[in-house]
Amino acid sequence: MDVAKWFLGLADFWQALIRAIIWVLFIFAPVPIFIWWERRLLSWMQDRIGPNRVGNITWSTRSKYVPGFLKGKKWKLFGLAQPVADGIKSFTKEDLAPSTSDKFVYFLAPALAVFPAFAIGAVIPWSAWRSLTPVANVDIGVLYILAISSLGVYGVVLAGYASNNKYSLMGGLRASAQLISYELSMGMSLGAIALGSGSLRPTDMLAAQEQPLYGVIPFLQNWYAFTPFGFVAMVVFFICMVAETNRAPFDLPEAESELVAGYNTEYSTKKWVMFMMGEYVNMFIFGSVIMTVFLGGYNLLPVNWDYLAHQNWPGAGICEFIARLQYWLGFGVFFIKGFAVITAYIWVRATLPRLRYDQLMSFGWRWLLPLATCNLIVVALWLVSTKLAGDKSNSGVIGIALGWAAVVIAMLVLYVIYRQIRKNQAGDGKLEPRQVTLVDPNAASTQGAG
Amino acid sequence: MNDIQITPELILFCGLAGIAALASLGVVLFQNAVRSALCLVLNFFVLAILYFTLNAQMLGITQIVVYTGAIMVLFLFVIMLLNLGSARLLEEKWDIKKPLGAVFGIALATLIGSQMLPGFLSRTHVNPLSDYGTPQALGRTIFTEYAVPFECISVLLLVGIVGSILLAKRKI
Repeated sequence: MDVAKWFLGLADFWQALIRAIIWVLFIFAPVPIFIWWERRLLSWMQDRIGPNRVGNITWSTRSKYVPGFLKGKKWKLFGLAQPVADGIKSFTKEDLAPSTSDKFVYFLAPALAVFPAFAIGAVIPWSAWRSLTPVANVDIGVLYILAISSLGVYGVVLAGYASNNKYSLMGGLRASAQLISYELSMGMSLGAIALGSGSLRPTDMLAAQEQPLYGVIPFLQNWYAFTPFGFVAMVVFFICMVAETNRAPFDLPEAESELVAGYNTEYSTKKWVMFMMGEYVNMFIFGSVIMTVFLGGYNLLPVNWDYLAHQNWPGAGICEFIARLQYWLGFGVFFIKGFAVITAYIWVRATLPRLRYDQLMSFGWRWLLPLATCNLIVVALWLVSTKLAGDKSNSGVIGIALGWAAVVIAMLVLYVIYRQIRKNQAGDGKLEPRQVTLVDPNAASTQGAG
Repeated sequence: MNDIQITPELILFCGLAGIAALASLGVVLFQNAVRSALCLVLNFFVLAILYFTLNAQMLGITQIVVYTGAIMVLFLFVIMLLNLGSARLLEEKWDIKKPLGAVFGIALATLIGSQMLPGFLSRTHVNPLSDYGTPQALGRTIFTEYAVPFECISVLLLVGIVGSILLAKRKI
C-alpha cells in the first residue's frame, strides 16, 4: 500500500490530474472496440457478415524479409482493424464546411458534444481503489451527472443551427425537445435511489448495495436492481439513457429516412468523428452510471465474498481468493459490465423500430414520467413505513415481498389493459390513426403527365 | 495591498473570473444573437465553477441544471426559431434612453461597489466553510427553518405551471 500512500501524499491538483488522465484513457481506449462490436453484432443479428476483412494478413511465401515460420501463414483479425482504418480515412479526408455556416459555432459544436460525455465520468467509481477513483467524490454526485448530461443538448442543437441546413436544424430542435423531456424521468428514477440509499454520492450508493440482500441474506449483495423500486427505476433509467444518447429507437435527431442524417448532415471527417466518439463515450458512461447505481458497480456477481471468506466452512479459502481477485480486477469487471450494457444498446437497436415523434413525446411525458414519479413516492412511503415499523426483524422481507407482488400485479394489469386496447383498435380497423389523405394513383399519373 | 500571496486558489479564481468577465462582455458586444447567448451560457457555467470553489456545491450544480441546462437551451431554441436576420436591422437610433441608461447603470455600479468593495479589499484569500453548501446542510435548513417560505414558493411554482398549461392549451 506504499503506492497508495505516496499517491495520497501528492498535492490535490496532481492527484486529480492523474485520476482524470487514467479515467479518460480507460473510457477512451475501448471506443474502437465498441464500434467494431456494434457493427459485427448488428450484422450478425441482421443475417449479414459485417466488416471482417480489414487487418487480415497473408504473409508472403517468397519475400526474404518474412521469417520462415510465417511464410504463407494467414492471420485473421475478424475486422478488428476496421475502426482504425475508418479513423485514418476520416482524418485524411478533405475537410469540408458549408460556406454559409456560422463558422465559429460550427466548429464549436463537435467539441461541445464530446465534453459532457467525458465530464460525467468524474464521479463514477470504476474500481475498489478509493485513492484512485472516482476522480472527485463529491456530495452532489448524482446531481452532477444530471447537470452535465443536460449540457449534452448544446452540441446537437448548435450543430443543427450552425450547419445552415433545414434538416440539420430540425434534427437539432428534435434533439433538444427529446433530451429535455427524458432528462426529467431520468432525474426522478435516480432520485428514487438517492432516497433509498440516503445519499447522492455514487460511492455511498455502491456501499449500500454491498449490504446483505434485503437486510437478511448476508452472503448476497443488495443490488438495487433486486429491490422492487430499484427495478422499476432501473427500467425507467435504461429507457431514458437510450433516449439521452440518441440511440435507436430514440434516434430521431439523426433519423436518416426523414432528415438525411439529422444534426450532423453537414459534418464530415474529424468533426463527424468527434460526434461519433462523443456518442460512444456517452453510451459507455451512461452504462457505467446504470452499473454503479443499480447493478453493483465493479462487483461481478452479487455475492459478498468477504462474508463467505470469514465463515467457517471448506470454501472459505477460495472465497478469500475471489475477494482479493475482485479487489484487484475491479476495473476489468467494470469494463466487462460496460461491454454488456453496450451489447444491450445494440440489441435494442437491432430489435425495435424508431418511434414516431408524437409517440416519443407521449411515451416520455405520459408514461415514463408518471411511472418514475410514482416510484419516487412509493420509495418515500416505504422509508416512512419502515421507520414506523421500527426494528422488527422481518419487516424488511415482508416489505420486499409485498413490493415485488405490487410490481408484478401492476405489470399484469398494464399488460391486460394494453391487450384490450390493441384488441379494440384492431376491431375498429384503426390501428394507426393518421390524418393523411392518400392521393388516387390514377389521378396523380394523369396530373403528372399534364 | 502589497501582501497578496500568489496561491493556486488565487490563480484559479483569476482565471475563472477573467473568463466570466469576458463572457459577460461578449453577451452585450456580439452582433450575433446566438453568440451572445453562447457567451451567457459560458458565463453561467463559469459562475457555477466559482460557486464550487467556494464549497457551495448545491448552489453551483443548481446553477448548471437550471440556467445552463434548461433556461439557456430555451433561449437558444427561441433565437433559432425566430431567425433574427442581420444585426443591422436591430440597431437602435440615438435615443435619450441610452445616456440615461448609462448614467443609471454607473450609479448602480457605484452604489453596489461602495457597499461591497471595502469589505473585499482587505481580503487576500477565501476561507469558505467546508460543509455549508452541501445538499445535506441545505436540505436540513430548507425543511426546518425555512419550511413555510419553501412551501409558499412551491405553491407559486405550481400556479405558474398550471397557468402556462392553461395558456398553451385553451381547450381542456
